Amino acid sequence: MDHLLNVMTIFSVLLIGLVLASVRRQHIRVEYSVSWLLAALVLLILSRWHALQNWLASALGLDDAALAPLVVAGAVFLVVLYRFSLIISHLKDSNIALMQRVAILEYRLTAISEKGR
Amino acid sequence: MKLLILIPAYNEEGAVASVVEEVRAAMPGTPILVVDDCSEDATRHVARQSGADVLPLPYHLGLGGCVQAGYRLAFELGYDYVIRVDGDGQHDPAYIPEMLAALQRENCEMVIGSRFLDGNGEHTGILRALGIVFFRAILRPILGRPVKDPTSGFVGVNRTALALFSRSFPLEYPEIEALVVLQRKRFRFVEVPVRMRNRRAGRSTITALRSLYYPVHVLLGVFVNVLKFEGRRK
Repeated sequence: MDHLLNVMTIFSVLLIGLVLASVRRQHIRVEYSVSWLLAALVLLILSRWHALQNWLASALGLDDAALAPLVVAGAVFLVVLYRFSLIISHLKDSNIALMQRVAILEYRLTAISEKGR
Repeated sequence: MKLLILIPAYNEEGAVASVVEEVRAAMPGTPILVVDDCSEDATRHVARQSGADVLPLPYHLGLGGCVQAGYRLAFELGYDYVIRVDGDGQHDPAYIPEMLAALQRENCEMVIGSRFLDGNGEHTGILRALGIVFFRAILRPILGRPVKDPTSGFVGVNRTALALFSRSFPLEYPEIEALVVLQRKRFRFVEVPVRMRNRRAGRSTITALRSLYYPVHVLLGVFVNVLKFEGRRK
């Protein structure tokens, strides 16, 4: 199971690097990178901290301590995905309202300019 | 009394001109607004050439967003009644005067053109017919009364419903959810018999795959609307 923990460590380090690179290139806004960085950091800490793994495994009723970081990481990533679903839904509603408003203003502007001719 | 005929259209260049002409013949002098849902064809141009006003959406919003844009503009322009006729030619504008009369006579917030009141459902496909039966059963206890044609988009609304729908309107497959939105506000609707036709041109946006997704989405939307408004009442 040490192999699994090493893979999780490498994955979390890569994720942190990827998110930081994306922020640097302005592909992700800072406020949206925080969730991913926190999730990756949680995964990194859990994959290296054996005492915490043992405590979590007994709390979760797991036979193997190495599975504890995996379960916690899965839960954390689900929360992150849920948060982004909320953000996407809000953005979609805002976009629709904005597009309707743009169309109505364009319609009224055209009507005014046609009256002025 | 200000009446607007609202025609939502997406890729309907083959049908929208004849729909506008039929509306004009049925309701001479009544303003006609085509809401073009960012069509990829010449719908916008054809609608303008046929003499309708056009509200052009900058991006494709789907049926609900498209209809709501029309409702918003109609509300802002002070219309008392809006009757929606689909741009594909399935709705016969000859029934508009009866729908308007029912809206005024019954003092209700919405009138639905129903293809089943006089046993005229011959242009309904088997999947849609099954869906209609299913949603009739679902809606019966929620609405507290039967509705014969819950999926009909041939509807008229008065200014009270217009105010509500311009603020809050279901975005995808809106007809059934709109009934629940109305019910939660204790608004009334009546159905009047109409004859539906086959679409003149173009394709339905509800493909075979979407027809499987449709009932799931609408069912979820119905229950979310029930929960949403129950919550507000508290």
